[in-house]
Amino acid sequence: MSEAAFFIDYSRCIGCEACVNACAECDTHRGTSMIHLETIERRDSVQTAPQICMHCEDPICAQVCPADAIKKTPDGVVQSSLKPRCIGCSNCVLSCPFGVPKYLSSIDQMMKCDMCYDRSSVGKKPMCATVCPSGALTYTSMEEIQRTRQGIPINSWKFGKEEVKTKVYVMVPREVERVEIGLVQINATPLALPNDPYDVALMLEEM
Amino acid sequence: MAKLPVEAPELVRVFGPTLHRVPAGGWARTTEDEKLVKTHCCFCGQQCGIQLRVQDNKVVGFEPWEDFPFNRGKLCPKGVKRYMQDEHPDRLKHPIQRVEGVGFEAISWDFAMQRVVGEIQRIQSAYGKDAFAVLTGASLTNEKAYLMGKFARVALQTANIDYNGRLCMVSAGAASKKIFGMDRSANPWSDIPKAKVILAAGANIAECAPITTDYIWQARENGAKLIILDPRMTPIARNADLFIPVRPGGDIGVFNGMLHILIERGWIDRKFIEEHTTGFDQLVESVKKYTPEYSSKIAGVPPEMIVKAAELWGPAPTSFLMHARGIEHHTKGVDNCMAAINLVIATGRIGREGCGYAMITGQGNGQGGREQGQKCDQLPGSRDISNPEHRKYIAGVWGVAEGSIPQKGLSAVPLVEAIHSGKIKGLISICFNPVVSLPDANFVREALEKLEFYTCIDFFLSETARYADVVLAGSLMEEDEGTTTNVEGRVIRHRKATTPPAEAREDWKIICEIASRLGYAEMFKYPSPKEMFEELRVASKGGVSDYYGMTWERLDETNGLFWPCPELSHPGTPRLYENGKFGHPDGKAHLIPVEWRPSDEMPDDQYPVILTTGRVVSQFLSGTQTRRIGALVDQASQPFCEIHPRLAEKYGVADGDFVKVESRRGNIVVHAKVVKTIRPDTVFVPYHWPLDRSANNCTNRAIDPVSNIPEFKICAVRLTKVDQPSDAIAMLEVQAGGVR
Repeated sequence: MSEAAFFIDYSRCIGCEACVNACAECDTHRGTSMIHLETIERRDSVQTAPQICMHCEDPICAQVCPADAIKKTPDGVVQSSLKPRCIGCSNCVLSCPFGVPKYLSSIDQMMKCDMCYDRSSVGKKPMCATVCPSGALTYTSMEEIQRTRQGIPINSWKFGKEEVKTKVYVMVPREVERVEIGLVQINATPLALPNDPYDVALMLEEM
Repeated sequence: MAKLPVEAPELVRVFGPTLHRVPAGGWARTTEDEKLVKTHCCFCGQQCGIQLRVQDNKVVGFEPWEDFPFNRGKLCPKGVKRYMQDEHPDRLKHPIQRVEGVGFEAISWDFAMQRVVGEIQRIQSAYGKDAFAVLTGASLTNEKAYLMGKFARVALQTANIDYNGRLCMVSAGAASKKIFGMDRSANPWSDIPKAKVILAAGANIAECAPITTDYIWQARENGAKLIILDPRMTPIARNADLFIPVRPGGDIGVFNGMLHILIERGWIDRKFIEEHTTGFDQLVESVKKYTPEYSSKIAGVPPEMIVKAAELWGPAPTSFLMHARGIEHHTKGVDNCMAAINLVIATGRIGREGCGYAMITGQGNGQGGREQGQKCDQLPGSRDISNPEHRKYIAGVWGVAEGSIPQKGLSAVPLVEAIHSGKIKGLISICFNPVVSLPDANFVREALEKLEFYTCIDFFLSETARYADVVLAGSLMEEDEGTTTNVEGRVIRHRKATTPPAEAREDWKIICEIASRLGYAEMFKYPSPKEMFEELRVASKGGVSDYYGMTWERLDETNGLFWPCPELSHPGTPRLYENGKFGHPDGKAHLIPVEWRPSDEMPDDQYPVILTTGRVVSQFLSGTQTRRIGALVDQASQPFCEIHPRLAEKYGVADGDFVKVESRRGNIVVHAKVVKTIRPDTVFVPYHWPLDRSANNCTNRAIDPVSNIPEFKICAVRLTKVDQPSDAIAMLEVQAGGVR
């Protein structure tokens, strides 16, 4: 069995925030959650998405850090900023394509998900993936995820022209090879309005 | 004299709810001298395994318990943060009594006991035994549930004991008893992922039973189709193969409509029906008129949805049907459940791997709490209090004369009505916050004020405890030993992590002392809850819910045993009804035709909108515990009114505006939450909050004639856009009933 990896399946998420609450309970996080839950557009849908650090192979947050405060462990976990080095400039906050790092003004430092390094480095699962009741966050072996899920795990992304590879995988339908996020013109009118699949009134109109 | 001694804001100032955010001793790393206590969450009926971190007799955190088979370390936010109820600043640490114009003052246990026992004796000798009532709860352990039933029947000899499971499991229980002949989920949860079609009706699984989500998603990974019935698109419904946004109270339209099609297309198991059921012919006759078109009008959904549901359910090789309060909280709650169960029996898909049925219990001991004899009509072992044989057996176990055991008493809502009408003069309650959790809250408050004496066992001063003359400081789940029975019928061990703080006492010690002072010391002489379980085993022997073969040692060794477990060598019964053997004396399932009827209060010109109520994931029931935990309040700080944009537009309401939701009985002012995920004829308000934020100010206290469950899920309201309220209640903190 290969070593454990982190898998996110957004389609399973029920928005309960067990992950966010459990993150705060990890020994080294001392009551502060390092992850967050995105509510996509509550008016239209109940879709939510947990956002942990994706732990990029070549982390942009570290590249843009002028103080060289963001380090990656040998096993590929991107850490929070180092306290003595962090100057609180928030370059990392602005540059991360996943919106992960958070600047905490109370301690003048950037903190982020470290995959519960005190747990995962000794063979335990991160807190969020241990408690997640829906399996949206799972920490297990590649074999196990392939055996138990219909979707496939991928870790290849493209933001505009920027290619990113992450340590964390996301579950996608079998035909998808890479998550591609095109550039969007700000304030542009979409060509066609998306349909409204979760509008209960529309479902009932079919009567 | 059960009136508030001072205004609510003053009581809130002293007793909370206040928010607890930091564990005892501050945020500290796990240390080697702390112990991990393997126990279970105190909240819902899933009863997830959890390890509490304990240091110096204080709970300081938790650690997931990944080896416990039901949840394998998984928890919802309530479970994650539950330990924050320990070492809480609001905790009651000694008995207190009401002082007019002042609030409450601390008193000694001896004085508290003298007052309580004196008042019980005074009221019972002046007005009769039944004038003193007992209200209990389904979050009590099996041991305490058993003790409360015995206390009422032996020490008080009152007929009037009932419990808050009356607001929870009674419709499902009654329907199961009528059709299956037994009241328990029929299958272990491990059968869910093996089903090829799952139908969940009136069950906001993602928020009220989050751990069940993974079982359902796993079924879908294995190729199962998912059908969800709910007036709101809840998170579990978002990815369903078929979401049926049924009108509140219209479920029978879907169930009978589906059965009509199953029969028409031959998707029924004739052999199973012939060998293992009765009543099929009448059932066929009853659903003849439920054509898709006819059913559609009842259900308030397009007929194609009902046809598609039948097409998914009918030909499947295996299936699992589950339901919860959404179909049960109705004046036809039992009928709704029976119509659902008929679909299970007609297809013969029960009692084998991947084929099953479950009711999703709500409260911590929602299953066990309804078996041990704290219901108004029941004796231990799910025995019937009006059955002479059953009475005789229990009288023998208790060592009392059969004739001394009272007959059937009043269920929760009629019991409160009898307080209101002056028939019941005294009350002792435990584990029940009716001011928040019963319908028609203004009526409940009026009723409490009419009591001559009210005493309450509680760990925090709940909104109901504020009305008490004497409050007896009791224990949290983690401060005592005991057992509960989870949603599957698995009996599990709760283990003591700490002792009650200061002068607070284990609940059972309080009850046993009252009984002792009433002259029944010999019958309430238990060194510990273990001896209560030993007696409970015997009391349940030969009953439907037979625990006789269980011991605490066996439960420890096995991670839980499923009842019935009649002998010490018996492995327990995870799956009921194998080989088509049902619980009725004839061994058959009794199919029962169900006819739809309107709800007690339907919308009209004056009150044109349907109000339905329910829960959010971060709060639990009446919020006595969860409205005191900072992180859980942050997640859902105040109630809201979910409203469809089309309905919102009609009232000129925008997202975030304040709306007054008003029924014939009362009103609340809350924020509007404008969402497309709810039917445009229905609004939803969660009920965890008190005072002017209590959804139950509006709800209807009409009850089901069989189960006596109140109709929480539908009443008629009107909506008005209003300004932000700024009265004294509105200015309270949100967890106390304020608004922001």
